[in-house]
Amino acid sequence: MVNIFKFSSPATFYPLAGKIARVSTWIAVLLLAIGLYMSFFVAPTDYKQGEGYRIIFIHVPSAWMSMFIYLVMAFWAGVGLVFNTRLSSMMAQALAPTGAIMTFIALWTGAFWGKPMWGAWWVWDARLTSELILFFLYIGFIALQGAIDDNRRADRAGAVLLLVGVVNIPIIYFSVKWWNTLHQGASVSIKNGSSMSTIMLQTMLLMTFAFWAYSIAVSMYRVRSIILEREKDARWVSELPEIRR
Amino acid sequence: MKGSLSEFFAMGGYALYVWGSFGVTALLMIIEPIMVHQRRKAVISRISRLVRLKSEQKS
Repeated sequence: MVNIFKFSSPATFYPLAGKIARVSTWIAVLLLAIGLYMSFFVAPTDYKQGEGYRIIFIHVPSAWMSMFIYLVMAFWAGVGLVFNTRLSSMMAQALAPTGAIMTFIALWTGAFWGKPMWGAWWVWDARLTSELILFFLYIGFIALQGAIDDNRRADRAGAVLLLVGVVNIPIIYFSVKWWNTLHQGASVSIKNGSSMSTIMLQTMLLMTFAFWAYSIAVSMYRVRSIILEREKDARWVSELPEIRR
Repeated sequence: MKGSLSEFFAMGGYALYVWGSFGVTALLMIIEPIMVHQRRKAVISRISRLVRLKSEQKS
């Protein structure tokens, strides 16, 4: 069995993060290229929404990512809180800006889709409001981390905020079921499968994997900077080729 | 294929909404990696200066 604890040390994780970032960058570029091509040239025009529905190919992947990244962040923050591992808190910190951007994209594309289809950029619907709260949770986490000088205290405070905010994720996900929302219900679900045409679903899933690879790439690249900042007094950092130059 | 390019950009009347969505998304996904890259460059130059300073003090 691979010893996962070996990679819980910043010194061993730093080069690994670099490798993961490089590989995911290529995967993201490739999948985005194919995904965008399919979004515009392969997927057929929708019989109801015409070409306007094509927003789905970024709206749904970014919305999924916004929730998924939050869960991963909360997981790492929780691990950091319980086991006092430095690296897991750094991971949570590295994911935050990407999660916030994904949430913003979901809200933005939602507004640009809502306007032509519903006639409004924004409505205070349960789905939209809970997603907006998610955006504020990300911003709040980033602000809180930035406001506390002591890294370890900032990690703990951030972790508590993230773990409390986790209740918002099921609220977002099930909001379309629990309340009578303007936002439509899930087109893709584990229980009922998909109500979309196969090619549209394939395109959307491809774009989801592309967003996934993108998020991994940027957050791994970002965590390397965070590791260097926090471990700057460590001997292994001063011996890195990029530091010695 | 007459006017197919302008037809493509018109998006069946949804041009503002489709390009407004894809455009801003593309912009953010270009800006974020640039910012991450700049942060890395800044961190590396700061820490290498710090390390050099420390080694000079020792010798």
